[in-house]
Amino acid sequence: MTTERKFGDVLLDVEGISISFGGVKALDRVSFDVKEHEILAIIGPNGAGKSSMLNCINGFYHPQEGMITFKGVPRHQMRPHEAASQGIARTFQNIALFKGMSTLDNIMTGRNLKMKKNFLWQALYFGPARAEEMEHRAAVENVIDFLEIEAIRKTPVGKLPYGLQKRVELGRALAAEPDLLLLDEPMAGMNLEEKQDMCRFILDVNDEFGTTIVLIEHDMSVVMDISDRVVVLDYGRKIADGSPDEVRANPDVINAYLGVGHD
Amino acid sequence: MTGDKPISGNFDTFPKLLAENARLRGDKPASREKDFGIWLSWTWGQVAEEVRAIACGLAALGVKRGDKVTICGDNRPHLYWSMTAVQALGAIPVPVYQDSVADEMLYIYEHAEAKFAIVENQEQVDKLLEIRDRAPALEHIVYKFPRGMRDYDQPFLHLLADIEDRGRAFDGENPDFYQSSVAQSTGADTAIMLYTSGTTGRPKGVILSFDNLIITGRNGVIRENLTEDEDMLAYLPMAWIGDNIFSIAQAYVTGFCVSCPESSETVLEDLREIGPTYFFAPPRIYESLLTTVMIRIEDAARIKQRMFHYFMGVARRVGMDILDAKPVPLGDRLLYWLGNILVYAPLKNVLGLSKVRVAYTAGEAIGPDIFIFYRSLGLNLKQMYASTEASVFITIHPDGDVRPDTSGTPAIDVEVKIADDGEVMFRSPGVFQAYYKNDEETRSTKTEDGWVHTGDAGFLDDEGHLHIIDRSKDVGKMTDGTMFAPKFIENKLKFFPHIKEAVTFGDDRDYVAAFINIDLESVGNWAERRNLAYMGYTDLAGQEPVYKLISECVAQVNADLAADPHLAGSQIKRFLILHKELDADDGELTRTRKVRRAIVAEKYADLIDALYSDKDHCPIEAEVTFEDGRTGIINADLRIWQAPLSEPRADSRSAPAEAAE
Repeated sequence: MTTERKFGDVLLDVEGISISFGGVKALDRVSFDVKEHEILAIIGPNGAGKSSMLNCINGFYHPQEGMITFKGVPRHQMRPHEAASQGIARTFQNIALFKGMSTLDNIMTGRNLKMKKNFLWQALYFGPARAEEMEHRAAVENVIDFLEIEAIRKTPVGKLPYGLQKRVELGRALAAEPDLLLLDEPMAGMNLEEKQDMCRFILDVNDEFGTTIVLIEHDMSVVMDISDRVVVLDYGRKIADGSPDEVRANPDVINAYLGVGHD
Repeated sequence: MTGDKPISGNFDTFPKLLAENARLRGDKPASREKDFGIWLSWTWGQVAEEVRAIACGLAALGVKRGDKVTICGDNRPHLYWSMTAVQALGAIPVPVYQDSVADEMLYIYEHAEAKFAIVENQEQVDKLLEIRDRAPALEHIVYKFPRGMRDYDQPFLHLLADIEDRGRAFDGENPDFYQSSVAQSTGADTAIMLYTSGTTGRPKGVILSFDNLIITGRNGVIRENLTEDEDMLAYLPMAWIGDNIFSIAQAYVTGFCVSCPESSETVLEDLREIGPTYFFAPPRIYESLLTTVMIRIEDAARIKQRMFHYFMGVARRVGMDILDAKPVPLGDRLLYWLGNILVYAPLKNVLGLSKVRVAYTAGEAIGPDIFIFYRSLGLNLKQMYASTEASVFITIHPDGDVRPDTSGTPAIDVEVKIADDGEVMFRSPGVFQAYYKNDEETRSTKTEDGWVHTGDAGFLDDEGHLHIIDRSKDVGKMTDGTMFAPKFIENKLKFFPHIKEAVTFGDDRDYVAAFINIDLESVGNWAERRNLAYMGYTDLAGQEPVYKLISECVAQVNADLAADPHLAGSQIKRFLILHKELDADDGELTRTRKVRRAIVAEKYADLIDALYSDKDHCPIEAEVTFEDGRTGIINADLRIWQAPLSEPRADSRSAPAEAAE
């Protein structure tokens, strides 16, 4: 069932971003944009600067040069929680869940920024705090239903297999109801079936909630299947930007991946 | 308990019973479903309105009297209501196993000529779209959950909620339509058509009337004194006859509430939350519950282990007698009382079986150890002998006279007799009308005067209890004339927690040989305990220590067989552990997990030849179907082991009381 995909305005505009760690230039004047409702993949060999790019977008790193504009508002120094409250959520390359907490509680932490009552109210669990908790629980249940993880609702995530932990992490990001979802290698270390499930969830998220998605992935078949557009980084520089087919045919990309000598 | 009598015979169809329940107990819950983590419930009054809306909506869509409407999905209240709604229109619901692959479904759609399908979700819709070209009769598909269906814009796809809205509008314009349509049907009309999975050949469409289901259901209610206060968890496939009796017929006749689990993976948790009073499970569920318990006990602290084993010993000694209200010494009673506080009650609570008044098992033989385990805990577990052609009940264990080795005594209004060749036959109000479009098979199964051939060999003992030995056609003779009853031996093997499935060969052979499937959970745990590394099923199954473990099980079965002079000759001489689990997707099992012998024998002919040669290993290349429908090849080199044989003995040592005439 493929229908014509419709994208909105530019949601995120990355303009000439550079960042270096000591003498290493992790990103060198990288520019691209992401339109609303788009699935954009960032690919590149190891050390190409992909994760640094995500870290810049969600405010964990502060680029030394360049400008990031999100929802039309240019931003300068920003902390990750500010990015989160503006509607950016992410998952991590190495799973970063609370291992001892249940799936439900982990996903609930994704609602944290939306909780308005202070902790005293919450500790009393009374009146408005209670109503708020119920509202958030309902939102979390929506996510659980969406990701089909009802059966592990009360299981501590440390006991879950890797593929399910990845799904819980996606759930936590979704619970924040983000406008922009950053996924750092969502399929890493998964078997074929888990990868297929994850692809379906990513497409469903994009489809049902209209969430814009930026993902980093090494599995090329996944990237080519699900993304609308692909940005290729190599040694911190952008070497290609276009549809999966265009990128596949780009000689620079082939060189970067096959390791043909650089000039 | 109010203990109302079951609703009388004047209400002879499900839509009529529904209206009566709405009148008698309109505010009592009829259906429950867990959704978004919360149990939702609908009263009988609400259900009656929902059914009316769905029925009118389907009528507006064009469903006519006599049309076949397939129903396919997990147990969902809306699907149950849809069945009743279809019946209200005089059309015939045909439930289909929800895990069938598209090709299996195609046969049913072609054969039943279903014009309409009511399905759960996108997964089922996709399967129907795949076969739609080849099932020309199929006109409309109604689905319950819109998830993932955003881009499906075919005009023949309808959301169930939209159909209900259409139905309410239609009802407003034709206020008398629903009543008059319901009034047109009577008990003799066809209520439902069920396709039996069958261990051989194509599925057969069993036609059952309202009388079949309602009278049989009511008889079961009377026998077990079921009331409107029962709680039932509907988790077995809707396409299976049992679910139609337990979750529909008996619920409608008594007015009890049926709960639907959140998803098929959450059943055990939902079971705990609902705490059913009336429960059915096939033996494998009781087995896997017991396996889980035993694994967890092995992981428990030493003191807890000792307490558990001590009190389970007490329970084994006196639990069954206490449950059957037989005299037991006061000291034992006190010990059992203490055991109940410390072990039995908490254990039943963990399993979700605390409130169970009546639990049934059927379909396969249950291991005597497993059966005794549950009964000694105080769980009123009973075996029954059931079939689709009988609308479930043929025999049931009566209260106070439950024996692990029998299938009980005939249910109310059921006559059982043994044909001259040893085949069990029955006649009852539940006897099916016919097989759809298969007169030949109908005539060979059902006699002129209503007796049905079950195809099972068995006998009635002096107290009127029925003992089932095996499928008649499977019972064979070995070359030396010894009787060979494969299922009897296989069941003995399967009673070991380490063995999940077994297939034995021996008809017309010199000796008996067996294929074994290990239970990955149980053997995996055993391997972990011994620091035995393994990569997956195939790897684990091929390891020498595992062979040794299984060999000990086989030796014990052989010792049991040796104790019976008739069966001593059918001891298992050689066996192998299969490199893959037998699977319904590969056609090796039926959807209800019974072994299809002919297919297994054909597929693994090389292995069987090797079992009957003097080779000690056999290479195999097998095609497997993965869950996504693609196929692949598994290579393995299987070892073949000699099993220790026992000397035939006349006295029986530890043999469980088994029937072997």
